[in-house]
Amino acid sequence: MSHAPLLAAEDVEIAYDEAIFAVRRVSLLVHPGEVVALLGANGAGKSSLLRAVSNILHAQRGRVTHGRILYDGTSVAGSSTSRLVRRGLAQVLEGRHCFRHLSAEDNLLTGALGRGSSRLETRRDLEHVYALFPVIAEKRRVAAGLLSGGQQQMIAIGRALMARPRLLLLDEPSMGLAPIVVAEIFGRLARLNRDEGLAILIAEQNAAVALRHAHRGVVLENGIVAAAGTAEVLRSKDDIRAAYLGLGRANIQPVST
Amino acid sequence: MDWGFFAGTAIAGLLAGLMYALVAIGFVLIYKTSGVLNFAQGAMVLFAALTFVSLHEAGLAFWLAFLITLAAMIVLGILVEAFILRPLVNQPPITLFMATLGLSYVVEGTAQLMWGTQVHALDLGIKDTPLPIPDILVSRFDLFCASVASTLVVVLTLLFRYTRLGLAFRAAAEDQYAALNTGLRLPVIWAAVWAVAGFVALVTGLLWGARTGVQFSLSLVVLKSFPVLVLGGFDSIPGAIVGGLLIGLTETLAEVYIGPYVGGGIDEWIAYAVALVFLLIRPTGLFGQRSVERA
Repeated sequence: MSHAPLLAAEDVEIAYDEAIFAVRRVSLLVHPGEVVALLGANGAGKSSLLRAVSNILHAQRGRVTHGRILYDGTSVAGSSTSRLVRRGLAQVLEGRHCFRHLSAEDNLLTGALGRGSSRLETRRDLEHVYALFPVIAEKRRVAAGLLSGGQQQMIAIGRALMARPRLLLLDEPSMGLAPIVVAEIFGRLARLNRDEGLAILIAEQNAAVALRHAHRGVVLENGIVAAAGTAEVLRSKDDIRAAYLGLGRANIQPVST
Repeated sequence: MDWGFFAGTAIAGLLAGLMYALVAIGFVLIYKTSGVLNFAQGAMVLFAALTFVSLHEAGLAFWLAFLITLAAMIVLGILVEAFILRPLVNQPPITLFMATLGLSYVVEGTAQLMWGTQVHALDLGIKDTPLPIPDILVSRFDLFCASVASTLVVVLTLLFRYTRLGLAFRAAAEDQYAALNTGLRLPVIWAAVWAVAGFVALVTGLLWGARTGVQFSLSLVVLKSFPVLVLGGFDSIPGAIVGGLLIGLTETLAEVYIGPYVGGGIDEWIAYAVALVFLLIRPTGLFGQRSVERA
């Protein structure tokens, strides 16, 4: 793509408590309108990288110790999270992090509050989210903590969408959800990308489902980039499938016992 | 049994209980939104009352003195956020509690340094005389305090339920990390909630100050609000009210009806005894938040 990248991580190194390195020299690009999958096992550094992008790393006692991250051409290090949200960079946290005692609708409204939307904008955005996730519209008065995992994930995504993002970060959206719910959620995200050109960066352990919807993928292992390429290439490369994606070798049948 | 006397005693107890509830509400506000058990709430009550009474004695009109004191409490809230809460973000609750313990000495010291240590009388213009109801003694002043306290509770409830600031308060109370990630400005929210708690401290200070005189012992009313919080739950404003009423009622009735058998002085400790029993049978209090989670 010829556009300037929306997100550019250059040589990023991340440490927690000044000692434990979670990410070493990782570079990554997300262009406008692109869906990029950030793959890797637990502890590979995916969440750390996303936290660094949203500049919430400090809340987990982490710090970018090298390199830089540019969102829309300017370094995120100098911007507070709330400023980044206002500039269209929203994240759906790992583990969903809904406000459990707040109703589904109040959860969505906090997203509008974070962006500083007017009342009119807020009403329009609410309708937009409800059209995307009709089940949340039905449950709008119910405390988020009482809803199912899938519905909570939809609320978390809806809350991020209330900020009218240009780049949406998602950290393990499939975690703990049934495959059919995961397929539904990824379907909606793909639709947002297709219809509205929303750029998406998804960190996922579930490589199969992530690569089905992504344009490109980046595989992290122990804090470094182990492989990168288009989704088709990553899906088809046997060594990558076996080593990082848990998909098994395409040409070898699993041994039955 | 003299029922008129009993009713009068019970009402006096309930009204005194509302005064405890006022202090407890200041605690609840800050605990709910930032998870900090603010030991300095009592010092803030003293600071507010002392500032107000000194300005008033210097010849300022009631409302002017009130507004200047309110402004001072808001500034205090902003300073606390900038110099205590922000540097200590993500520290364990006990660290923050110790910080507010230190803060209480700083605030008390500052108040006394600025305004001196002598006792001031505070007259709000409401006479402490009984209402003309036969057989039942109800003080006009107590009734006035009760209506102020009730109004304050209604206003705070509306603020939390129906305003954008209230929604931000509730979200931050629930999950700071998520609130930060959603783009809410936690420093602004914390400064705002400390300012609101400062306002509550000011109202509390005026009512308590008018009752007992404005003096150092005002800052000790916090100790009376702990049993109230244990009863009502640390994170519930209605809980603070009900807890306050129960404690006030228990104290007064116990002092009048049981006191004579044990030589009096029961109201000094009965609240703590009740709180202790409550801790054993219902540690979240009557209205404390239990987790909302699917089974």
